[in-house]
Amino acid sequence: MTPTPPRDDTVFDMAIIGAGVIGCAVFRAFVLAGLKVVLVERDADIINGASKANSALLHTGFDAGPGTLELDCVKRGHALYHRIHQRLGLSLIETGAILVAWTEADLAALPGIVAQAHANGVTDVRQLTAEEVRAREPHLAPDLRGGVLVPGEAVIDPWSAPLAYVLQGMANGGTVMRGTEVTGGVQNAGGWTLSTPRGPIRAGVVVNCAGNFGDLVEAIARPSPFEIRPRKGQFVVLDKTATAFANAIILPVPNERTKGVVIARTAFGNLLVGPTAEEQAERRIATVEEPALEALLAQGRRMIPALEHEPVTTTYAGLRPATQFKDYQIEALADRRWITVGGIRSTGLTGSLGIAEYLCTLYEQHFAPLHPLPEPIWPRMPNLTEGLPRPWQQPGRDEIICHCELVTRGEIAAALEGPLPAGNLGGLKRRTRCMMGRCQGFYCTRRVMELCAGRLPGLVEQG
Amino acid sequence: MPQVTIIGAGPAGLTAARTLRDAGIHDILVLERNPEAGGLPRFAAHPGWGMLDFHRLWSGPTYAKRLVEAAKGVTIATNTTVTAVHPGGVLEVSGLDGQRRIESRAVLLAAGIREMPRGARLLSGTRPWGVMNTGAFQEMVYRGGQLPFRRPMVIGTELVSFSALLTAQHLGIRPVAMIEAAPRITARRPGDWIARHVLGVPVRTGTRLTRIEGLDRVEAVVVEHAGGTERIACDGVLLTGRFVPEAALARAGHLDVDHGTAGPAIDTLWRCSDPAYFAAGNVLRPVEHSGAAALEGRDAARSIIRALAGELPPSDATVPVTVAGGLRYAYPQRVVLGQGATQLYARVLQEHRGRLRLMADGRTILDRVIHALPERRIRIPLDTNMLTSASRLTAELA
Repeated sequence: MTPTPPRDDTVFDMAIIGAGVIGCAVFRAFVLAGLKVVLVERDADIINGASKANSALLHTGFDAGPGTLELDCVKRGHALYHRIHQRLGLSLIETGAILVAWTEADLAALPGIVAQAHANGVTDVRQLTAEEVRAREPHLAPDLRGGVLVPGEAVIDPWSAPLAYVLQGMANGGTVMRGTEVTGGVQNAGGWTLSTPRGPIRAGVVVNCAGNFGDLVEAIARPSPFEIRPRKGQFVVLDKTATAFANAIILPVPNERTKGVVIARTAFGNLLVGPTAEEQAERRIATVEEPALEALLAQGRRMIPALEHEPVTTTYAGLRPATQFKDYQIEALADRRWITVGGIRSTGLTGSLGIAEYLCTLYEQHFAPLHPLPEPIWPRMPNLTEGLPRPWQQPGRDEIICHCELVTRGEIAAALEGPLPAGNLGGLKRRTRCMMGRCQGFYCTRRVMELCAGRLPGLVEQG
Repeated sequence: MPQVTIIGAGPAGLTAARTLRDAGIHDILVLERNPEAGGLPRFAAHPGWGMLDFHRLWSGPTYAKRLVEAAKGVTIATNTTVTAVHPGGVLEVSGLDGQRRIESRAVLLAAGIREMPRGARLLSGTRPWGVMNTGAFQEMVYRGGQLPFRRPMVIGTELVSFSALLTAQHLGIRPVAMIEAAPRITARRPGDWIARHVLGVPVRTGTRLTRIEGLDRVEAVVVEHAGGTERIACDGVLLTGRFVPEAALARAGHLDVDHGTAGPAIDTLWRCSDPAYFAAGNVLRPVEHSGAAALEGRDAARSIIRALAGELPPSDATVPVTVAGGLRYAYPQRVVLGQGATQLYARVLQEHRGRLRLMADGRTILDRVIHALPERRIRIPLDTNMLTSASRLTAELA
């Protein structure tokens, strides 16, 4: 399932620690830039940490801190996603966003938000009157006071995108090692020798993309200048029928700590309400909590009363790698032959492509010139986005295994094969949507387990 | 073009098909999204099926087989999924040969029911593998020979919960306990005695699941009872019951859905808000035994036969039924007048000892003493010939 570790004499130009969305995008960028790259992931599959549970939005940067690296990377990432998504078969649902003012204080904040957006270079942002908001979003509670339109905010498939980045990296010669935890490293003349339970990995430059473990991995190279303070976000996913009640992404007027509770459709046709923002010490376990979920539902229904009768499909929680600093913590240490990418808190999905491009610049400044591949291969992702063509619609389709999400046997079989087969059940669900619909596996678990037999061990015993 | 299309080849759908065939209706098409017909009883391989409709006591798979055999001669299209319903009996369908539209004179929704999964229950804790509903578990055990866990905690004490215990026993799975938040079990007694003494599973009422623990697999649950909270080690969580009609097609389409039942709203002649659509069985409400669903399929088919013959009264002249005072729902949601004796069914939110009343525009037309429990349906008889001028019926507890 996972490639065998390279022989000891294999020396990579670069080893990237952590296959979250940042690691995946960085991997792609440096493979395409001509380096021999290995992406090293502790878990059985990619995007198994912070990147598996977010709000799946492609941000414009309209509300990012002025003058920050985050703003630059988000804006650049937004532009780059627009440039490449079609060639990779990735969807882009251009809903736009409306930031809605519910109070007098919210309303008073709107001109400042518009001015900030313009200063950030997001010039199509404009204020809307209450009537204009109601005309665009007739299901919002009538007591809204006004709003701000952000046309460029969009919804994407948060799992197919990083998977596409990795697959493009692999198709062009990159190596991925999953189930491989980096436990330490020694710098030597040629760069680094990283120790893993699967043997040493030698690389000229190491990139730390370890997300919620970023400060721990950083300690391999130096005392970490930042401390990861995981911030938990819980979400409620409503039934697909709820999507009818919101056209744009509905944003609240933000406060100091968080952008607040967002209502947004997903690429898969559901409606998300979330996130919460809760600081915790635990880096790995993100629990859902009934009171917080109830509060999210109440807030969602306060904003869109028609959500009252919409069933909940599921709930989830993610951990964002926040630090004591507001901005991204990105740095190239020339003498240490190390690049740090830390504190990519809540904009990583958008920022990833911009961050990867920025790292290429840093690499050329600090290490060596890059020689991009003249004609890279562009793999295409199977579509999971609701409303775009899917295999269940095709004549000659095979059996539908997951009825709620209309996932065919062929799609599941394909996700268990190929260059980067699903490494765990979560990976299979993210690659296919199976078991992720209304029934959450009531109707399809047995069949999915049969298809997983011999490929994803440890789920069931045979009686 | 079929005259009648039936969505779902379970007890209700297959019994309706048989009834239509016996009445000489040709061109009946049953659409089943699974590779085989028979519905959920296919996966419950312990006895308990067939009593109401076949007057026999069979295992679920035998019952499913008999239902299919009894519908012989009717076309059952398996591997065929209805993806949308449109006004006037037009369906969008995906089969192995691709997508098509099917237009029929009448459509019967008989898509059945499922249990509420973990997320919709807003359960706290981690989200590991090993948390599942009875339906998935039974299919895994009886059809797949798959053991997802060895020592699960069973949540709920409905009839299906005891079915889950029998299923567990089949492969030697030993639940650590069965818990119920209410002060008494939901299923009829002596389910708890059987659980404890025959199956060796302790049943703990007044005990609520508050938390699931474990990163990749379930490691424990936390429960809450009068004595405080308690952490109990287990390797799975079986979420039984809390049924939800599989009515997504109705909700996503143009048909009225009752928020109380979460199923399509029907009138006393089994018609949905679009009279080209009828509904029967467990898609209507949570939940009745498959035999009751089958008999509803039969009765809805009889109404469809009358509709095809042009004998049904107009569907717009009905009296709406609403519930008040502790009733969770009542159905049918609309009463067709002048159709003789019929009945409404209702359920309570909580155990109730007191009176049940049916009011017509504020006038009491039925008043009786009841002792009702949440998972037992209350039958409310009604003579529709006596209600010539009513504009609203209200069922309420007092």
